[in-house]
Amino acid sequence: MTTMTWSRKSRRAGLNLLGVLVALVTLFPILYMVATAFKPANEIYSLTPHPIPLHPTLANFRTVFKGSVIGHPYWTFLANSLFVTLSAVVASSLIALLAAIALARFRFRFRTTYLIMLLIVQMLPQQALVISLYLDFRSLGLLDSLVGLILVYTAFALPVTIWMLRNFVAAVPRQMEEAAAIDGAGPYRVFWRIMLPLVAPGLVATSVFAFIFAYNEFIFALTFLGTDQSHFTLPIYVQFFYGRQGADWGAIMATSTLFTIPVLAFFLLIQRRLASGLVAGAVKG
Amino acid sequence: MVRTIQGQPGIPPSPAGPAPRHVKPPATLRQRGGQWIRRYRAAPYLLLLPSAAVIGALVLWPTVQIGMFSFQNYGLPQVLGVVPTQWVGFSNYSQILHDSEFWLSLRISLLFAVVVVPLTLIVGTLVGLLLSHLGSKMRTFVSGAALLAWATPVVSASVIFVWLADPDGGVVDWSLSKLPAWLGGGAHWSGFSWTNSALPAYTLLTVLLIWTGFPFIAVTVLAGLRTIPAELHESARVDGASGWGIFWRITYPLLKPIFLVLLLLSIIWDFGVFTQVYIVTGELGNRDEYNLGIYEYSRAFTQPPAYGMASALAFILTIVLLIITVGYVRASVRQGAIQ
Repeated sequence: MTTMTWSRKSRRAGLNLLGVLVALVTLFPILYMVATAFKPANEIYSLTPHPIPLHPTLANFRTVFKGSVIGHPYWTFLANSLFVTLSAVVASSLIALLAAIALARFRFRFRTTYLIMLLIVQMLPQQALVISLYLDFRSLGLLDSLVGLILVYTAFALPVTIWMLRNFVAAVPRQMEEAAAIDGAGPYRVFWRIMLPLVAPGLVATSVFAFIFAYNEFIFALTFLGTDQSHFTLPIYVQFFYGRQGADWGAIMATSTLFTIPVLAFFLLIQRRLASGLVAGAVKG
Repeated sequence: MVRTIQGQPGIPPSPAGPAPRHVKPPATLRQRGGQWIRRYRAAPYLLLLPSAAVIGALVLWPTVQIGMFSFQNYGLPQVLGVVPTQWVGFSNYSQILHDSEFWLSLRISLLFAVVVVPLTLIVGTLVGLLLSHLGSKMRTFVSGAALLAWATPVVSASVIFVWLADPDGGVVDWSLSKLPAWLGGGAHWSGFSWTNSALPAYTLLTVLLIWTGFPFIAVTVLAGLRTIPAELHESARVDGASGWGIFWRITYPLLKPIFLVLLLLSIIWDFGVFTQVYIVTGELGNRDEYNLGIYEYSRAFTQPPAYGMASALAFILTIVLLIITVGYVRASVRQGAIQ
């Protein structure tokens, strides 16, 4: 009996050790990015790299905030990114909610077709569609503008958003709507008073995915914004900075830290809810 | 969804004062609209209209356009309106078939998917199995770390990995040069450039894509493992089955549908990878490091632009991905995704 518990204990310890190892290897690139951002130049190019800055400095961040590299401070790009992302999230959430209600509450002829269409659309390669969208937006005068990006991000966020919201709408008990209807509430009031408050948590969960997609999107921003630096979003800024500053890894890692850490902090806050939503959206439908 | 029963008997009069029941007020526009919607059962279609319009205009129509452009001579003069576009039949496609750069980029895309997809699936499954054996605190910690890797923006992840593998000051070359010789280490690693030729660049990209890709697999496998009743594993263990045997006899058969979906998704993602390759291989600078997506993009967006040719490449890429997507859709439908 004692050997049994001993072997079980050592097994548990071994598994925990393995767990810590996996977590450290996984976190290493992120931690190293942050560490590099705080390192002075002589430590960055030292012959024996240290995992932790010995003399932490804010010099790299100062370079980024001054905006000497690209002529605009970091805030310009943060504002661009937030404007584009939030607009796309709001637009796609509202449009997706309507579609999700249709797909979860009604049985109609093209329902299955529509669902399959969403699955397929989600997989179309963006680097292919960017060609025709570039040419279309060029003739519509939507290049070099954040509005064009908002349109594209709304459209490309829709399939996943609809697909996930469908489950949340289906989870709202039908009886509540019926009860409200019996009490004399019209469809509009049922929507505003019953449906919207009850799917609100679902809307938050799905908008996380739309947010991440739009905040990180690279191909369309790279192609549409061209050389108009004042309209750059954060991913393009980071990439441009990297291309321009070739060797200044401290400053590059500082931009990348400023771009990445807010997202990661946000994800950690909502970790538990997210893991279930991630799986629900991806596999079970 | 909801049927209105306004105007029907049985509704209590409002407390403000009973309205004269026998006088039926003229229907407002909103009420008449509601009647029309009910008569033609139009509600679901009206609700789908905005999303269908947006997706149609910004995703489906551009896909059709790619198909059309691929049969046209669409270049700079045509964009500037100097010369009208002409239909040129299959000439773009026949040009592609005789284009060694196309075959090279296709080979790179295929090889990359063949290597990265199984590796990501294996690493992800192993971590998923590990997570299922951990206590709840440890599991939260490890899955939290994995979530951070998954959530790291692709652009950041690419730049970070280029920095890790930088020839001057990068930690990868430093560690390799410190490794004992029998493990393949040695001084020749210091200053080694990972991005200047195809094989090292795609080795770096392999690690990068496993790093970003495994958390999703791990979390999905973990969720699947939780649906398997614990008694199954226990009784197998009592019967003396090894961990390896349990995985192949019980876990894998039960999770097979999930693995199929993960496999197809990974193929789609890794065959179509763009951003990471764009950044790691140095924008569009190294032509011998192009994969199919990058090659297609470079034909459209480097001077002189060849939109027709690029569209033909894009169409080929789309068709390949669509074929895999059909498998993915069928697997999802079989799993009951469409209810």
